[in-house]
Amino acid sequence: MNPLASMISKRIMFGVLTLMAISLLIFVGVEALPGDLAEAILGQNATPETIQAFRTELKLDLPASERYFSWINDFVHGDLGHSLANGRPIAEVIGWRFANSLFLAVTTAVFAIPFAIMLGLLAAIYRDSWFDRLISITTLSAISLPEFFVAYILIALFSVQIPLFPCISTINDDMSFLTKLHAIFLPCLTLALVVIGHMMRMTRAAIINVLSSPFIEMARLKGISNRRIIIKHALPNALSPIINVVVLNLAYLVVGVVVVEVVFVYPGLGQLLVDAVSKRDLPVVQASGLIFAGTYVFLNLMADVLSMLSNPKLRNPR
Amino acid sequence: MLTLIKQSPLSAKIGMLIILINLGTVLLAPQIAPYGETELIGDVWAPMSAEHLLGTDQLGRDMFTRVLYGARNTISIALAIVFLSFGFGCSCGLLAATLGGWVDQLLGRVVDVVMAFPTLIFALMVLSVLGTSIPTLIFVIAILDSTRVFRVSRAVAMDIEVMDFVEVARLRGEGLWWIMCNEILPNALPPLIAEFGLRFCFVFLFISSLSFLGLGIQPPTADWGSMVRENAGAISFGIFSPMFPALAIAVLTIGVNLVVDWMLKRSSMLRA
Amino acid sequence: MGQVVDIQEHKHLLEIKQVNIEGYDGERWKPIVHSMDLHLKRGEVLGLIGESGAGKSTLGLAAMGYAQSGCRIVSGSIGFDGIDLMALSEQAQIDLRGSRIAYVAQSAAASFNPAHRLIDQFAEGPVQHGLMSYKDAVAKAIDLYRKLDLPHPEKIGYRYPHQVSGGQLQRAMVAMAMATDPDIIIFDEPTTALDVTTQIEVLVAIKDVIKELNTGAIYITHDLAVVAQLADRIMVLRHGKLVEEGDARRMLDNPREDYTRRLLAVRSLGEKKLLLERDPNVVLEISGVSAGYQKDVNVVQDINLKVRRRKTVAVVGESGSGKTTVARIVTGLLPANRGQITFNKKVLSPDLASRDRECLRRLQMIYQMPDVALNPRQKIKTIIGRPLSFYFNMKGKELTKRVEELLKMVELPLHYINRFPAELSGGEKQRICIARALAANPDLIICDEVTSALDQLVAEGILNLLQRLQNELGISYLFITHDLATVKAIADEIVVMYKGRIVEQGSKNEILQPPHHDYTQLLLSSVPEMDPDWLDNLLEEREAV
Repeated sequence: MNPLASMISKRIMFGVLTLMAISLLIFVGVEALPGDLAEAILGQNATPETIQAFRTELKLDLPASERYFSWINDFVHGDLGHSLANGRPIAEVIGWRFANSLFLAVTTAVFAIPFAIMLGLLAAIYRDSWFDRLISITTLSAISLPEFFVAYILIALFSVQIPLFPCISTINDDMSFLTKLHAIFLPCLTLALVVIGHMMRMTRAAIINVLSSPFIEMARLKGISNRRIIIKHALPNALSPIINVVVLNLAYLVVGVVVVEVVFVYPGLGQLLVDAVSKRDLPVVQASGLIFAGTYVFLNLMADVLSMLSNPKLRNPR
Repeated sequence: MLTLIKQSPLSAKIGMLIILINLGTVLLAPQIAPYGETELIGDVWAPMSAEHLLGTDQLGRDMFTRVLYGARNTISIALAIVFLSFGFGCSCGLLAATLGGWVDQLLGRVVDVVMAFPTLIFALMVLSVLGTSIPTLIFVIAILDSTRVFRVSRAVAMDIEVMDFVEVARLRGEGLWWIMCNEILPNALPPLIAEFGLRFCFVFLFISSLSFLGLGIQPPTADWGSMVRENAGAISFGIFSPMFPALAIAVLTIGVNLVVDWMLKRSSMLRA
Repeated sequence: MGQVVDIQEHKHLLEIKQVNIEGYDGERWKPIVHSMDLHLKRGEVLGLIGESGAGKSTLGLAAMGYAQSGCRIVSGSIGFDGIDLMALSEQAQIDLRGSRIAYVAQSAAASFNPAHRLIDQFAEGPVQHGLMSYKDAVAKAIDLYRKLDLPHPEKIGYRYPHQVSGGQLQRAMVAMAMATDPDIIIFDEPTTALDVTTQIEVLVAIKDVIKELNTGAIYITHDLAVVAQLADRIMVLRHGKLVEEGDARRMLDNPREDYTRRLLAVRSLGEKKLLLERDPNVVLEISGVSAGYQKDVNVVQDINLKVRRRKTVAVVGESGSGKTTVARIVTGLLPANRGQITFNKKVLSPDLASRDRECLRRLQMIYQMPDVALNPRQKIKTIIGRPLSFYFNMKGKELTKRVEELLKMVELPLHYINRFPAELSGGEKQRICIARALAANPDLIICDEVTSALDQLVAEGILNLLQRLQNELGISYLFITHDLATVKAIADEIVVMYKGRIVEQGSKNEILQPPHHDYTQLLLSSVPEMDPDWLDNLLEEREAV
């Protein structure tokens, strides 16, 4: 078999195995709760009826292995169980929330990624100039700040001082695309500031790392212009780390939105998870945890596969 | 050492100063602070004044005092976590690199699985099961963070492990302990110290985020993250008291980053 | 060449005057090239000779008005065809580079961009300089690939660098330099990274092509014999200064300066071999050994050899011959799949972990790169002292005294005891490695290319030291090398390896005198000699056969 294809299929196999290990971990984690699960969660003064309802919901009367497989089986078939807090089917709640989280992440990514890579390239081209230093300090500050701090500054500036955007980003299905964009402008900007910092610094570092290779000096001695050296000679060889950081930041956008969603009271999956955790609504925690983990594993997988594809040595075997 | 600090660029000096001030606060918070950590002394959200340098918080406690105590609590917990995760992650990483074979494979796979799980989500889930208390918090974050330390220390150690002087030691018949402590570790130290700074920043921000979400350090203990959350409402009234603890977080992380940047640059220059 | 009397031919095409170049060592700017003059006529080949640190590459690059990062041209003038390069704008310099002055680097493998096909990299220069269309450039590439004797000239350009062998890649780079018919090509050690048999192909290609196209060239190398084949004129550099300059033949026949004479001298040992035929006992015997990195795939097969006391056995071969693998098998780093190794009349366990300390002590190893063979964080005292405390439980004063003795044995000053390796030169580091091996009182030392990374004169010092130690202490050496000059100097017996097998073995005289095995013949005849006609004669001979 083609070595590239076999590497990729191995990586995919590993991704699937990881996902299974994680689902097991999530399941065992809940199992590990000390004492009787139902009592531990519902508290000492829960009525016997609620405890019984809880037991049936979590199928606590069945042996652990059987419960695990039925949970996974249901999950794959779209049945995520019922919330303990309000008894509603989880799939209904989560579907809409997850779509909202993705909407926020994708919107941010669409303008943050090209912008970050452009900035990184420019910083590498004009290395050590005032422009490079300015960008470097700005992005370092952006990634050194807690997200909620950035969020509050943005609120103070663009919602309190100059009331341009709402400080609470409520959205619903009746809104038009543009109104939605307007509503999520501040959370998007907060997320973008953080990921742009990461991606730009990584792009710059990767390019500068490649610039010390002998083939770059060769290109200079061939009389190739600096701009062309960076774009035609350095960039293709720095693709792998750049792809990696871009995809990892995408993963961060999906998963790391939790804090930003809380600040802006945005109805996403992250906020649901935080609520569920504080209410100890375990089925919801399990389900949303698994969805987050699945997305994360998938994106990591994409990062590895794409960087394999970007390697000319693997693409063109001897 | 002193000449080294003297030769460092201005940015690194600023960073070191910030770190020193913060460490001083950690040690001396009760001595410097004008009021008690949880003492109610005035109006809610009083403006800045001579008695209350940074005003008061949502319950009428002195903001300046709380910021000082917050430094003590947040930084010491973060340090405990980083030390724990480095002790664990580094020893596993060096062991994996030195021994190789199935030990390396096994540790590597376990870490791959843990790292395939987003840290914040993992922490949230574990805390939901175990409940939030400071020891749990320290332990959970340290374990999660040690996976990253493992990766870095293993990679650094692998680069050194392939050098001929390690082979010389092996051929001499040296044991695992000597090779790890005398051949590999001293050469791995500079990048690992830089990594320590980065991990500290990360853990520090992470605790602040957890506290902000209400799942980290619990009230009434002063802590920068929870202080921002508790005072968040003030922002919409144009009151800036939540900015102070958030600013403190930002300044410390930037300070550490400045020093780390300088150290990384220095060690890469020495290698070239 | 020279049928048309061209006025330009008598004028200097390149004229460097009083150029000073400095390099930044992390703290200060230090001079690398001191007030050098250099000139080159159209169609002339100038050889720049020198050891490392002579500033020859830096000077060569200065001919393009280029300074490597971390270097700067401080003063002086660089005139090219009436243009003052130092006064030119950045853009004007870029326009000249790769169009009228071209460069061939030492390592083609590192100097080709791994992400692009060879032919695209060939075409990039001429197209970017606006000299040709892409289509014309491709046609020119195929033409040059054919002239340089590359296999499948129409197709080879469509490969990626990693799909082509080292020697072919180096020729492809020569082709790339010739793409724009430059007036001058700068060759920076273009054959140093190649095996001797491959080196010949590249040398021939370079020689033919510069002759045919009448290109001027600056050929930078540390190897006088190589430059003797190509250069019309030679400049010998040392520490950034000119030692001697003159016509190539004159310089080879009759060098004026002592330094040049020493470079020219055939590698010989001041130390004579101690011939004691009373030492017949065999220290190491390898019989029928095969080994490989995967099961059932043997990298080396059926190795049989003996090392006697106070003797040096040289294992010779090119890269990929499996000579280093033999060393790894003996040390136990690579357990043999088959066969047996006997050391001091005891059968050695194939893998390292199950050998006892006494056995490890008696078998020591010295490496090619002293830089990575010494722990940069340990002082010399620890480096040499550790085997003493490890094997002999020495402590305190006794240990210090023995370390000092060992330093004396390797001819290093005693105050080095408190230094770190970084404070020593390459040759001194290698001496520390030898002292560390001696500290164990070994019977056999495996020397893996121990002089390859060192300058010629330093290497000679090391070989002399090794020979003296053998005479005094009766140690045996298993000498792994690709360098036949070293072998001639130090070996008692020679083992020639090719593709994982021993093709010929015997005493030095047996191997070096005809009749030879075919491969040994090829290997021996490929080593360049100082005679300027050597390459031409060799080609005639080979064609006759």
